[in-house]
This record gives sequence, C-alpha cells and structure tokens, in this order.
Amino acid sequence: MNYMNQMTLKFDSLSINEGFARSAVAAFCVQLNPTLDEITDIKTAVSEAVTNCVVHAYPKTVGQIEIWVGLTMNTVHIEVRDDGIGIADFEKVREPFFTTRPQEERAGMGFTVMESFMDTLELRKNDNKGVIVSMSKKLQGKLKAVAGGSNVKL
Amino acid sequence: MQVNSRLYLDTLYLTIGGELDEHSANYARLNLDEQMSNADFKQIIIDLSNLDFMDSTGIGVLIGRYKKMKQRGIPIFISNPSVHADKIFRMTALYDIMPKIN
Repeated sequence: MNYMNQMTLKFDSLSINEGFARSAVAAFCVQLNPTLDEITDIKTAVSEAVTNCVVHAYPKTVGQIEIWVGLTMNTVHIEVRDDGIGIADFEKVREPFFTTRPQEERAGMGFTVMESFMDTLELRKNDNKGVIVSMSKKLQGKLKAVAGGSNVKL
Repeated sequence: MQVNSRLYLDTLYLTIGGELDEHSANYARLNLDEQMSNADFKQIIIDLSNLDFMDSTGIGVLIGRYKKMKQRGIPIFISNPSVHADKIFRMTALYDIMPKIN
C-alpha cells in the first residue's frame, strides 16, 4: 500500500493518555477533510482500542502502546499494538457483551463499537506477544491540502 | 468530566459533561453514586447534552448505576444524547432498561 502520509505515536498505557491518543489521531486525519461524524467515529474506535490496552493488555503493569496511522487519498488505516498479555480467543472477544471482567461494570462492547464505527477490523498476534488491532475507514470528505507523496511540506 | 445534580419535586436531574472514558469513569461512578445517595426522589433523568465524548466505558458506568437504583425501585431515563452516544446506546440496547425521553 502506498501511503501519502504516515505517523506513529508511542506512549505509556496510562488511562490519562486515552484522550491524547484519540485527539492526536483525529488531528492527523483532519488533512483528509473528514466530516465531524467521521472524526467522532475514528476517535471512538481509537479510544476503545487504547482502553483495551490499558485495561486488558497490561492489567497490572504499565507498558507501551503504539499507534500507527497511514493515510491514502480517501482512507484512514490505523494499527494499535501492544506487547501485553495477549488475547486467548480472538473470536470470543469480538462477541457483543463478552467481557473477561464482568465484576467491573464493563460492557464488553469495545470491539463491537470499533467494528460498527470503522469499515474493517482485524485482530492478530503481535510478533512475540501482545496484540495488533488493525482497522480502516473510508472517508467521504474530499482531499484538502495535500497532493503527492508523504514528503509534501504543509 | 463534570457531574451536576438538581432535585426538583420527585425527580433527580443529573447532567454528565465533558469526556466519559476509562480515565474519567471512576470519578463519574463515585460522583454519580454520591449525588444519588444524598437525596430523596422517585426517578432520575440523566441529561447528556454537555457530554462531548463517550466510548463504551460509559455504558458500563450507566448500567452500574441502573443496577444500584433498581434495588431501590427507582427508574433512570436518558435525555439529549449526542448522535454518537445514541448510536452506542442503540447498539447495546441500553434504552431497554434506561428509556430515552425528550
């Protein structure tokens, strides 16, 4: 895939970084001139993925979360990866209302929300340990400022 | 994240404003529980018009409050959700237990 612009964010798995992460990704996507609705979809999906890392990937420790975003002319590709404890059953976690921690007032709707707010959602194992959540969304908004490759100066 | 309350007749009006996510969920829980325990009322209306952002963590928070109030026989209603909050509520069938009102 040829991306016209990419960025990577790496930060500690602290819940206070959730707002930062979703806002940073949203700000990066603004160059594709998305609608407010599309931006909120993306922010919500990123928030769900990062929350999963904070709560489930690193339950008792603070680890690293890495978010990569790649833009093509009209599509946002996002990967959220962790080096945490991993997911035992990739099918099961995607079921609505499934949670490994029912005693904690958790809805178990994280992946369902990601799935419905984005166009594609894929889960896979990170190389050694942890999980990569890969998702994409095609935007209806038109390209605003950028043309050409990722070396364009804004 | 801010929680405010106002008691009028037999209704407790709660407003949740700001951003409700994993980071603010605990604060929201404690705050909502405190406001709900301090007054005498027969129903609760939660107004979300000032809620700027919410992910599915918000569902957990709301369902938790619903369970507590159910023990006291007090119904909770949701008003003014954003388009996105509304989408998440429909997805999770939240309105089955906490109906939306205008």
